[in-house]
Amino acid sequence: MCLEGENISFGYKRNNLILHNVNISLESGKLLGLIGDSGSGKSTLCKILAGYENNYQGKVSINGKEIPPKGYNPVQLVFQHPEKAVNPKWKMKDILNEGNNVSQYILDSFGIKQNWLNRWPNELSGGELQRFALARALGPKTKYLIADEITTMLDAITQAQIWNTVLDIVKEMSIGVLVVSHEKNLIKKLCHEIVYLDDINDV
Amino acid sequence: MGKQAEIIAEEKNKTEALLKVEDISLYFIQYASGLRQTELKVISNLSIEAYRGEILAVVGSSGSGKSLLAHAILGILPSNAKLDGKMEYNGQKLTQEKKEEIRGKEIAIIPQTITYLDPLMRISNQVIGCVEEKNEGLMKKLQRDIFQRYDLKPDVEKMFPHELSGGMTRRVLVSTAVISSAKLIIADEPTPGLDEKTLNETLSYFKDMANKGCAVILITHDIEAALKISNKIAVFYAGTVLEVANVEDFKNDGENLRHPYTKALWNALPQNKFQIINGQQPMPDEVIDGCIFYERCSKKNDLCSKGIPQFKKVNGGVVRCNNVS
Repeated sequence: MCLEGENISFGYKRNNLILHNVNISLESGKLLGLIGDSGSGKSTLCKILAGYENNYQGKVSINGKEIPPKGYNPVQLVFQHPEKAVNPKWKMKDILNEGNNVSQYILDSFGIKQNWLNRWPNELSGGELQRFALARALGPKTKYLIADEITTMLDAITQAQIWNTVLDIVKEMSIGVLVVSHEKNLIKKLCHEIVYLDDINDV
Repeated sequence: MGKQAEIIAEEKNKTEALLKVEDISLYFIQYASGLRQTELKVISNLSIEAYRGEILAVVGSSGSGKSLLAHAILGILPSNAKLDGKMEYNGQKLTQEKKEEIRGKEIAIIPQTITYLDPLMRISNQVIGCVEEKNEGLMKKLQRDIFQRYDLKPDVEKMFPHELSGGMTRRVLVSTAVISSAKLIIADEPTPGLDEKTLNETLSYFKDMANKGCAVILITHDIEAALKISNKIAVFYAGTVLEVANVEDFKNDGENLRHPYTKALWNALPQNKFQIINGQQPMPDEVIDGCIFYERCSKKNDLCSKGIPQFKKVNGGVVRCNNVS
């Protein structure tokens, strides 16, 4: 299985493309690193691949088939700032189970404690919130994970803990992961292959 | 005679800390249920010193109270916060009034996120801030120079915060401090989301500020970035400092590091062992009698569960651990 972006072009303003004819493919069970300068369009590409942005040219497909706009999206995006990806007025258990019931196994692997479920988002640290964001994104129907700087805001120990868990789960479920990060050392450690956005972008 | 006094004063300036934070504790007063109030201790018995011409890095996990320390120094804590302990700036007691008087002039902060910018105000106005009309032209020129140095194009001036990328925002936030003539710069996580080139550039500006005689406090969780430019590294954990180490101590397997937490932090880096230790930093509402790192420590003994270890001087650094000598 393969998630493919073909000839993707996109600009937030007319006549100002930030992505032009970008081709990228992500295989199941593989970790692909994406490196690029700040402002070069990495996050935009992530959003397009995960179906957050519709107004682009080109094609995003899984095994040649377009991703249906409704229902569970097999491509799940996790952002850099988990505190912006959760509803501040919901308790963590509601945030966690909004899309599907997250299994106890996933909760245990991320080390999510039972008493965290009754807390509000502002009562948890960034690392703890990011565990929730990943736990809910790694549902049984997820085939690809787009990890956009998911541990950039975290300390080294938490970063290692989170990636260790993610690696175990994606291996088990044969999920393909796009790892976006500025940290070359991290990407080298995690990924099978690395692409530089500048090399695949015609802008 | 006057000249001599000046020289003596200058000598004194060099050896005495510009900022001394002594044994501060910070509490948040919260309503528990109904009108019953509880105190949540988020910083406990914390001491640090910042010297002119030096960069002190403050590293540690998120939620360890690094940003709160910055807010405490600037006097911008929320109204339900209670601060104990002593702070001195340039030999004078740093009271709330004093903080309000000198912040933005003597002490500047480079804040952590874009949310510190006004979403409805154009970038250049925010960088320049409030100035007298006669200085406006001068400040405008200064701002343009700084933007050019930071590789921010002229059209960024007229933009609004939401139009900037993460890296651009960071450079704008750094400019706000560079434009002031502060002696003490507190940078709160200025580097995440920057690519390597911009990161090194940003770090070099902090080094510049230090070389010009400023004291810089660099709050970060990026040890690698901190090591590139800092003189000393204070390691934070759960609201207190566990170790103040020298940059040279961070090498190989971290055998020169003093505290088990610092070692674990060092060995968890992807370029080192990418090794994990189990558990989480304790929450502020979890009451712990002994060492704050007790639960996760590999070297703990009975003594560690009773009472907080006192600071000890070891090999040119300080550490809060019973098992180091």
